[in-house]
Amino acid sequence: METFFQQIINGLVLGSMYALVALGYTMVYGIINLINFAHGEVLMVGALTSWTVVTLLADSGLPGWAMMLISLPVAIVVCSALNFTIEKLAYKPLRSAPRLAPLITAMGMSLLLQTVAMIIWKPNPKPYPLLLPTDPIDLGGPVITVTQCLILGITVAMLSALMYLVNRTKLGRAMRATAENPRVATLMGVRPDMVISATFVIGATLAAVAGVMWAANYGTVQHSMGFLPGLKAFTAAVLGGIGNLAGAVVGGLLLGLVEAIGAGYLGDLTGGVLGSHYADIFAFVALILVLTLRPAGLLGERVADRA
Amino acid sequence: MKNKLFLFIIAALALLALPLFAQQFGQGWVRILALALLYVLLALGLNIVVGYAGLLDLGYVAFYAVGAYMYALLASPHLTENFEWIANAFPNGLHTPIWLVIPLAAGLAALAGVLLGTPVLKLRGDYLAIVTLGFGEIIRVFMNNLEYPLNITNGPRGLDRIDAMNLFGFDFGKTKYIGEFAIPSVTLYYYLFLALVIFSVLICYRLERSRIGRAWMAIREDEIAAKAMGINTRNMKLLAFGMGATFGGVSGSMFAAFQGFVSPESFSLQESVMIVAMIVLGGLGHIPGVILGAVLLAALPEVLRYVAGPLQEMTGGRLDAAILRQLLIALAMISIMLLRPRGLWPSPEHGKAAPRPVTKLMR
Repeated sequence: METFFQQIINGLVLGSMYALVALGYTMVYGIINLINFAHGEVLMVGALTSWTVVTLLADSGLPGWAMMLISLPVAIVVCSALNFTIEKLAYKPLRSAPRLAPLITAMGMSLLLQTVAMIIWKPNPKPYPLLLPTDPIDLGGPVITVTQCLILGITVAMLSALMYLVNRTKLGRAMRATAENPRVATLMGVRPDMVISATFVIGATLAAVAGVMWAANYGTVQHSMGFLPGLKAFTAAVLGGIGNLAGAVVGGLLLGLVEAIGAGYLGDLTGGVLGSHYADIFAFVALILVLTLRPAGLLGERVADRA
Repeated sequence: MKNKLFLFIIAALALLALPLFAQQFGQGWVRILALALLYVLLALGLNIVVGYAGLLDLGYVAFYAVGAYMYALLASPHLTENFEWIANAFPNGLHTPIWLVIPLAAGLAALAGVLLGTPVLKLRGDYLAIVTLGFGEIIRVFMNNLEYPLNITNGPRGLDRIDAMNLFGFDFGKTKYIGEFAIPSVTLYYYLFLALVIFSVLICYRLERSRIGRAWMAIREDEIAAKAMGINTRNMKLLAFGMGATFGGVSGSMFAAFQGFVSPESFSLQESVMIVAMIVLGGLGHIPGVILGAVLLAALPEVLRYVAGPLQEMTGGRLDAAILRQLLIALAMISIMLLRPRGLWPSPEHGKAAPRPVTKLMR
């Protein structure tokens, strides 16, 4: 039972990071119907930027949490600027092009970001320093680290802020209106270009935070680290019903839990035949199962039978 | 008409003479040509699924893998070394004739294609993309881990010592001599792949103009209308998946025979993305465009490897051949799409729907 609760905690932590990244995918998809394949790389840039800042500050004598706190806004600004530029350069000119064209530029952008990161930061994996206290907090059996607590806390805070932004503010209303019908939104005085840029900046902010937390939690950063979280987060977004914010959160948490519990128990259940290295396929098996039963995702609205 | 025939003969002669010319500069060049042809084959297969039927498949490389592993298992000592009963049944080793292996590889890949297609028929475009992508990853994880408790795929180490292609006693693995003139194994494979590509182009060409091809395109343009016209969209979609996968399976077995070695590394998601990029870059649904895209993305970066040396020195080793290659592919994907969103060589625009209405501004 202890393992079970431990895996629940691990799953929630992993899932909340997926959820933050998944929100970026789902917002962009909701508004311009584009699978932004470069979104995972934004997480990577955030993590590597934070690593650079922390490394520069290493001799400053500041406490660990302060260094991380300084690196966080830097990572957010860099990622936001990056995502803003990517949208302007690579996606905006293609808004009326055939659907596959922006998809290919997004894939190209993902490859480009990885390559440039490899040139800037060198391809070898780098250790991310342990900035927060590492002694585990005992919860009467299962344990939780300070970093994990922080991840859960920050995720809840960011999600609340996002929900407030989307549901209560003028910008949020403009985003929802643009997602519904850009032309009519224009008639109501909404500027779609502005809304889309804002969406990319918000998505980048969430991804940057997720990237810093990912680095702090796993302790290594590398140019290829964005790929798998990006893929899983996108899977989470689809699982929840792409375009649906709550769906992205539910999908992310669900995916994190399925992976953690699956990885924890698969070896025992199958008598050691299938080990935890199969953990990576849970996301996709879950995805195929869910979509077979609910083609629009868990919380997605039912779409009429159309191509 | 006469001009066209003349051009055709010139092109045919050039394609035949190309490897003989290239092999003077080293077999590496012929290898690149042969691999480019293999990618053309793959791209033609994916073009059936994405270009004709409009089903975005990001896990195409899984079928390539199925074909390659099928050939590798049936034509290498791996199975006889690991399973006693197979060794007892085949005392001379498992050298399955290609007349059995290739249909098996094609059949198994087609089956995998239909199996993937069945549960996802209801899905819309982008959902389909992520599911196929997931399917590709699942296959890759299995290739990487199926060595325990039964060693089937030999895990990340891959399978080696795979038999070369052998057609009517003609061994593609050995250098042939015509008088004094040597034709190395790579060049022989080049001709084999060339023949296959020509055969595939003929199939695709006929498909495009057939009832089936037209049904696919109708589904691509408007599925509801296609259904209303009496097209069995379910069967047609499954057929597209199956046919595309068959191409993938055959290319895979060719790849295994050509390399003599397969490992999960050759079948990553990156590879799938590359093949999708080839057909979109060239011109979706247009055979010459698809071929152009495949040759361009497969061969150009390899050629650039040879010019990377000086660049590497200039940048103090930071920009080595592999990075430069990746950089150029990425830049090509972005810039070609920005300049020509319909591809480098798109099909001519006759009989197409009217231009998009303004309301679709954002889509």
